[in-house]
Amino acid sequence: MKPVQDPEAANQRLSRRSFLKGAGGAAAGSVLATEMAQAASEAHTAEPEVLKGVVQVSFHLNGQPTSVQVEPRTTLLSALRNHHNPPHTAAKSVCEQGNCGACTVLIDDQPVVSCLTLAVRVEGRHVRTAAGLAQGDQLSPVQEAMCADDALMCGFCTPGFAMSVTACLEKNPAASEEEVRRACSGNLCRCGTYPHIFSAALKAGRAMLQAQKGGK
Amino acid sequence: MKSFELARPTSLDEAIDLLPKGRGPAEIDDARPLAGGQDILTEMKDYLITPKRLVDLAGVAGLDAYQSAPDLVLGSLTRLARIAADPQIALHHRALSIAAESVASVQIRNQATLGGNLCQRPRCWYYRNESVPCIKKGGAECFAESGLNKYNAIFGGGPSYIVHPSDCATALVLLDATVTKRGPRGESRMPLEQFFTLPSEGSVVRENVLKANEILVQVEVPAPKPGWTSTYLKFKERESFDFAMSAVALSARIEGDTIAEARMVLGAVAPIPWRAGEAESFLAGKPNTHATWKEAAEIALAQAEPLEHNGYKVPLTKGLIQKALRELSGGESK
Repeated sequence: MKPVQDPEAANQRLSRRSFLKGAGGAAAGSVLATEMAQAASEAHTAEPEVLKGVVQVSFHLNGQPTSVQVEPRTTLLSALRNHHNPPHTAAKSVCEQGNCGACTVLIDDQPVVSCLTLAVRVEGRHVRTAAGLAQGDQLSPVQEAMCADDALMCGFCTPGFAMSVTACLEKNPAASEEEVRRACSGNLCRCGTYPHIFSAALKAGRAMLQAQKGGK
Repeated sequence: MKSFELARPTSLDEAIDLLPKGRGPAEIDDARPLAGGQDILTEMKDYLITPKRLVDLAGVAGLDAYQSAPDLVLGSLTRLARIAADPQIALHHRALSIAAESVASVQIRNQATLGGNLCQRPRCWYYRNESVPCIKKGGAECFAESGLNKYNAIFGGGPSYIVHPSDCATALVLLDATVTKRGPRGESRMPLEQFFTLPSEGSVVRENVLKANEILVQVEVPAPKPGWTSTYLKFKERESFDFAMSAVALSARIEGDTIAEARMVLGAVAPIPWRAGEAESFLAGKPNTHATWKEAAEIALAQAEPLEHNGYKVPLTKGLIQKALRELSGGESK
């Protein structure tokens, strides 16, 4: 049997074409002409693409197309908070080491820590943050339940938990408490509101199941 | 994090060309491969390394092989989440499934790759502290040897006393995995067990045989031999997620009341996954009893050389070994 290709890996590529397109669309001052020329000549001779200086990255943020101008070293967390216009502060910067989960966002519906994700790697992908959970004034079931169950004290970890719980319940709204706990094991709450967060998650799951039944 | 350029090759040969040709510490810091980024970015944020270029492997063809069990082929870019979620792997290579699931958090497993997990750098706090010029960073001394060494090695230490942090490495050595690497001179395969190097035998600033311009391509795991089952037990300081303080990967073929054959690899106790060969030999053909489990644990830890603060690892690991043997014997698993 031959090994099969992983479609996920293919999705990760920022194609040369999309990079050039993105760079071409950038404000004239933000991408140096020499870099443009270099990128173009590299594309022509099929040399590997090299991103340096400031580059434009285009992606979807909570369903809306957007772009940021960042360096290769800029993390997605920093891109959202410090480079996006207007600043998008839903993902919180706490440990910057992948230990606390406060910066959790969903990339193509998978929870990741945005502090350990290079912004250039989200080109063309769908990023969701806690700011995109509500539809207008209508809170999402997870947000509703977290309010109702008092699932926060200081609230700093809350957007990260909301994203981990959302990802878990979108996969399986009937998730057990054990599954919710595992889904949240990468999120840290220093106030210790875990029992309330877990009960809110279970309540939100029931609400989502109910809505699904109602919709049928 | 210092500024760097991000090269995006599409072939392995291009990627290898973009990596350093020299072997000195300065050249190695020129460029590094980037897989999932879940370890290297933490090193760069703390200025432990300051590469001028990262070579992004995400677009490189040939690193994304995936053939599910029983004969496993896992490209080095395989996400740990995918390994942990594969029911075929859970069925045929249980130790790997448990080990992959035990790594860090959901968020990390969604981005972390198998190759990155095997090549991640040590967790020793002297190494991870930017201001400590320890031997792993090219300094003269291992500060853990006489310092705060709670998490350090009880086997195979000197001149560095790190423990290898990879859960998957321990499980994959147990399962007799083979690794393929590629460099300027082409591709080569070797048993994963030989991939990892002790600080006393390989370069003290590295944990494996990979040169700066070599890339881990894929890992292959043979189908389990008939009658063999495996498990992975990991002891952590906290419940949610953590690196192992000690871990035991165990496989065995148990026939009736007899342990016909067994294989045992210990994790987080040595700078490499630590094969407990004498315990394996002892177990072959022994009656499957509490007394046997206890003696096997004693034998496995007989040569341990604890430092000042990590003596607890000896009884802890003995306990894990007995627990693992009990589990494979159909006893309670928790």
